[in-house]
Amino acid sequence: MTLVVQGLEVKHGAISAISGLSFTIRKGELVTIIGSNGAGKTTLLRALSGLLPISHGEISWNEKTLIGKRPEELVRRGIVHVSEGKAVIPELTVSENLQLGGIWRKDRSDVAAATAEVIELFPRLGERLSQGADTLSGGERQMLAIGRAMISRPELLLLDEPSLGLAPLIIDQIFSAIDALRHRTNLTVVLVEQNAISALRIADRGIIINLGRHVTTGTPSELLNDPALRAAYLGY
Amino acid sequence: MNTFFSTILVGISSGAIYSLMSLALVLVWRSTRVVNFAAAGQAILSTYIGYEAMSALHNYWLSLPVALISGALISAVIESFIMRPLAKRTQGTAVESIAPVIATLGILGLIRSLVGLMWGNTFLQYTSPLSSKGFTVGHTTIPFSPLNAAIVVGAAIVLLIFALIFRFTRLGLSLRAASFQPEIARLSGIRVDRIRTVGWAFAGAAGAVAGALVTPTSYLSPNSLDLLLVSGFVAAVIGGLESLIGAVVGGLVLGLGFAFILQYIGSSVTFSAAFIILILVLIVRPQGIFGARSTREA
Repeated sequence: MTLVVQGLEVKHGAISAISGLSFTIRKGELVTIIGSNGAGKTTLLRALSGLLPISHGEISWNEKTLIGKRPEELVRRGIVHVSEGKAVIPELTVSENLQLGGIWRKDRSDVAAATAEVIELFPRLGERLSQGADTLSGGERQMLAIGRAMISRPELLLLDEPSLGLAPLIIDQIFSAIDALRHRTNLTVVLVEQNAISALRIADRGIIINLGRHVTTGTPSELLNDPALRAAYLGY
Repeated sequence: MNTFFSTILVGISSGAIYSLMSLALVLVWRSTRVVNFAAAGQAILSTYIGYEAMSALHNYWLSLPVALISGALISAVIESFIMRPLAKRTQGTAVESIAPVIATLGILGLIRSLVGLMWGNTFLQYTSPLSSKGFTVGHTTIPFSPLNAAIVVGAAIVLLIFALIFRFTRLGLSLRAASFQPEIARLSGIRVDRIRTVGWAFAGAAGAVAGALVTPTSYLSPNSLDLLLVSGFVAAVIGGLESLIGAVVGGLVLGLGFAFILQYIGSSVTFSAAFIILILVLIVRPQGIFGARSTREA
């Protein structure tokens, strides 16, 4: 199973947020999309999950096109998007937020198993099941958002800036959890991050984009050892 | 029993009806962000259908579920065939937020003239087998009748069933998630369009029950539920528009307020009092009693 993006173009009104973007991600890979603010990272993820319509190009997963599919259908095909900014519903309890991940699934015993796995990975969620999600810390909310996505049993997980607004120690926890999840379940992950250094630490490859265009693709060591790239995109 | 307690009973009885109508408005507001003036029209149509069911079955109680189900269906049809295409067509335009509201006024007028054509602009009797004569306690007759008691019980049953569905079922969770954060709901696999139609159906059912319970206390005509729409709006605003519990509490507060004004001040000021309450709530606490957040993502 592969994610193939070919000649992708996404417009915000008359402006192209993404133009001519092509890349391939193999099953089981963790690829991070790196770029500065406004590079089109979030737009790319929203196009992949069906939240945004695309103008041109092709996106396929498992050799089937994703074009024109709604997010609620893509979830059923294993493509699950954790949107930017701790995507939980604060008006619901922690337990209800987790239930959302499996709400559409027929296999109720596997939903229960998946929920147990999430609570094992993030014990703090287990201690707070009946609390409102609005009482959680930023890190716990991010855990809840990822946990909810895992209960959908994704094959392709799209993560948008899981480190946003979190303290360095919490970021480390979140990233090692992502690393553990992908190795445990042979998950394919597209990780959008501004925090490129943390993301490259767990990624197999990085794709650098700028102003909606592809700049370069490489392994973490290739990207980190290129002084020009470091200065321009990795922030030091 | 003294006047004070009988006034409370009367207030709860009318408040129960306001709660149902308020719930009808809040459910639509939560699912599609539309202020639904057609709610009175939908309720009147389902009440006429209930009236027909009563005439055919010779049983008022059996006509209640008929009214409820037709109310749900009418509402679902309006959402699917009028409101949803309208929302899609106006999305991103200058009239995006106002067009649906104006459309509901159009639907209200349309249903009312349809009802007038089919049943005539006359007063019909949709009667309950229960007496509208007040209970006698000791030597005094209080203004609270078996009919009022049936309203309270009927409304309580419907509200309880709604509460159980919203709180404990996957459908209820989908409805809540889709109204709080439609995007996260969709990313969780909830078919939000379908869920919105279900939200409208629940609203239609609540309005239908209000119409079928309250009509035996007076008469049935194409505009006999118009004042109920106003009370429902006031109750919904008191309750904060967003909250289902708020809708119910808002209805009870309004019903009790009316009953006490009627008892201790007089019938002439009752209706102006509703508008004074409405305006005061909007100025003093625009988020209502139960609306905690001032802003929220639609």
